[in-house]
Amino acid sequence: MAALLEVKGLKAFYGQTQSLYDVGFEIPDGGITTLLGANGAGKTTTLRAICNMVRTDGTIRFAGKDIAGQATEEIVRLRIAHVPEGRGTFTTLTVDENLRIAAYTRRDKAAVHADLERVFGYFPRLKERVQQQAGTLSGGEQQMLAIARALMLKPRLMLLDEPSFGLAPLIVQEIFRILKRINEDDKVSILLVEQNAALALDLATHAYVLETGRVVMSGPSSVVKNDENVRKSYLGY
Amino acid sequence: MEQFLQQIASGLANGAIYACVALALVMIYVSTDHINFAQGEMAMFSTYISWQLMTWGLSFWVAFILAVVFSFVLGVIIERAILRPLHNAPVLSIVVVFIGLLAICNSVAGAIWSYLIKEFPSPFPKSSFGIAGVIGPHQLGVVMVTLIVLGLLFIFFRYTPLGLAMRAAAQNPQMARLVGVRVDWMLALGWGLAAAVGAVAGIMVAHIVYLDPNMMGGILLYAFASALVGGIGNPGGAVVGGFIVGVLENMVAYAGNQIEKATGIYIIGNGEKLTVALIIVITVLTVKPAGLFGRVVVKRV
Amino acid sequence: MPAFPKKLLWVLLALAFLVPLLHPLFPDVVSGYRLFLVSTMIIAAIAVLGLNLLTGFNGQISLGHGAFYAVGAYTAAVLMDHLNMPYWATLPCAAVVCFIVGYLFGLPALRLEGHYLALATFALALAVPQILKYRWLEGLTGGVQGIVLNKPEVPFGLPLSEDQWLYYYCLIVMVVLYWAAANMLDSRSGRAMMAIRDQYMAADTMGIDTALYKTVTFGISAAYTGIAGALSASAIAFVAPDSFTIFLSIKFLIGLVVGGVGSLAGSVVGGIFYVLVDNSAQALSLFVKNDLGLQFDLSAYTVFGILLIVLMYLMPMGIVGGVYLLMRRLRALRG
Repeated sequence: MAALLEVKGLKAFYGQTQSLYDVGFEIPDGGITTLLGANGAGKTTTLRAICNMVRTDGTIRFAGKDIAGQATEEIVRLRIAHVPEGRGTFTTLTVDENLRIAAYTRRDKAAVHADLERVFGYFPRLKERVQQQAGTLSGGEQQMLAIARALMLKPRLMLLDEPSFGLAPLIVQEIFRILKRINEDDKVSILLVEQNAALALDLATHAYVLETGRVVMSGPSSVVKNDENVRKSYLGY
Repeated sequence: MEQFLQQIASGLANGAIYACVALALVMIYVSTDHINFAQGEMAMFSTYISWQLMTWGLSFWVAFILAVVFSFVLGVIIERAILRPLHNAPVLSIVVVFIGLLAICNSVAGAIWSYLIKEFPSPFPKSSFGIAGVIGPHQLGVVMVTLIVLGLLFIFFRYTPLGLAMRAAAQNPQMARLVGVRVDWMLALGWGLAAAVGAVAGIMVAHIVYLDPNMMGGILLYAFASALVGGIGNPGGAVVGGFIVGVLENMVAYAGNQIEKATGIYIIGNGEKLTVALIIVITVLTVKPAGLFGRVVVKRV
Repeated sequence: MPAFPKKLLWVLLALAFLVPLLHPLFPDVVSGYRLFLVSTMIIAAIAVLGLNLLTGFNGQISLGHGAFYAVGAYTAAVLMDHLNMPYWATLPCAAVVCFIVGYLFGLPALRLEGHYLALATFALALAVPQILKYRWLEGLTGGVQGIVLNKPEVPFGLPLSEDQWLYYYCLIVMVVLYWAAANMLDSRSGRAMMAIRDQYMAADTMGIDTALYKTVTFGISAAYTGIAGALSASAIAFVAPDSFTIFLSIKFLIGLVVGGVGSLAGSVVGGIFYVLVDNSAQALSLFVKNDLGLQFDLSAYTVFGILLIVLMYLMPMGIVGGVYLLMRRLRALRG
């Protein structure tokens, strides 16, 4: 099967500082891929680079089209949903508005309504709080809102940055269960960046390990999971 | 008593004008963090456009709508052409550009239409409108027109997808991009709307203060005071602030008048209106910078 | 920004003192009117210098320096009109009064930054003419009519015309003030001022009393501009509220931006520049009408406005700053 996202020779810069050197990977259509790495390895930067939120250089092909250098909002309109670190909630808008804004670019209004219902099916808690200001939600609820909002874009690819960050283990489990359903039922491909490597490797089919802005290892999750170095550095046993 | 009611009514009419200009200022402030010092002069320019259209024979309301549309387009163009390229410039540069715009609008209006003070018509019927002895026809008309405009804006921002997108772009531009909102265009659109609302205020107030290139100076100062009273990041607050400041302004003058009548000592009157606004601006800025209804925003260092 | 070359400074200074004496040789070139015009340029330069001390060197934006100019002018006028004070004695008085007013305005300004300070000072500039018309002050200020004064008389029986003397008087004041400003900026205090501009938080943690420095700078800056105001009262021999509108403050801003934010020499260039444009406006307008055939009354403010915007794009450091930058680039190319 052809790759949905193909990244080659990706470099990224913050001002004068280069933080990615020659990153390359592929995401198969319909799969879940994870990027592992220590703090500062360039995982978040890679996600930001895909959406052109940092200065980048290199090839990024999505569904066969070169998207490098396009404006962030135009890339998003190709149905790549980015769930940023810190969740990116519109704090002064209501939950309902946070969800509707994500459907802003869609023209299929009837389908939007159906999607809203499905999203509420995944996250019933959001339905209870639909008229609440999003800034008043708890951390877990805001993470759910961020994923829900990404779904409202009707994405083909979802970029998730640290969805477990700062959340209680039970909530993390719930969120990961839902991610699996989203992948299987809605056929959304996922690129997952996660500190919790064990969790990420359980969910993902493929894994790439980043170190100081370079890919140092890659392969099917089952292989990566059993690698000596990965076990020592990221899984802790 | 009747005089007192009259003062309140005329305060509300002025307040409606301040509310519009304050709202225009706040709309630009919430989306770009800029204070548009040229807002008043842009409104003045649009008012001249409407005057020009009327002298060419158009009716008041047609001229009104055309001038408001013109302002909208002008606002969009100014944002796209002049301010967009400077969006990362230091504060001083931005302030200087606004002052430059102010000087251009003022002097070009003076050059085209001269600095002679002109009468400006009122579109409201003299006889059947208003409440005798309390509120004049034009004052009532001003309050009604501004309330309609403010209501339309509220509906636009609250209930339309475009309005929602504009609010999202103002609140969190980065995240708005990530849901596909073309943030740059939203800012330009915000500028256009702000200019249009300012134009409404200018055309409505011109009958009261007469038309001349410096007509908006005092009104802009009062609009600043209103926006600050309401909290400069709060559109609803700016509108309420406008009415509060409008009534307050008249009450201060009224009280000064009464004191002079009772004691013969002059303290404050119509001649000190701008000073009152200055005091409001500086007091609110230093004592309660978030305004009456604003939230305190902690700035990251 | 590098210091102004010393030798050039002395040459310019010597020229400035000698040129008026050439009047008998070239009566048309070195005319009385021209000298008067140059005097107003010098006054403008001092006013811009004051603004630059605050905005350029200390990073506090002011759109309301016309207010301090007005206070200086009125202080001088009232003292001359009511107390028959000699014109030269009004300068220190205006300086003290403006320092106090500036210092007091600097106190609330401490809590304001960037756009907010610009807003507060803009509001001040808008309200100034009205404050000057306040009824209780009418006895002193003459209300809307203002105060008519006498021109400075030539002292010690010097063989100079009134315009020549006015010129020398303004020039001496400017040289003294420029020298004082240069010395202050070169001192520990000056470096503290600039440290506050560049790194506010860092300056605070380095043990600089930022509040004190900012308010005192506000005072000094107001005093400079106030002295310029007092000089102008003597020079024009008239003060009235409506000469101190927001547009006066805009002229200072033009001087600041054209000359260079944070450049003493630039302040002088900027002051000269705005008076020059202001006085050539009529010629400019005629040029547009007659030579370009456009029916448009080009005013100085249209030129100012366009310049303000264009300069922010092309030379945000002002003309003097831009020239330095150009010289440095050329030098870098060569060496």
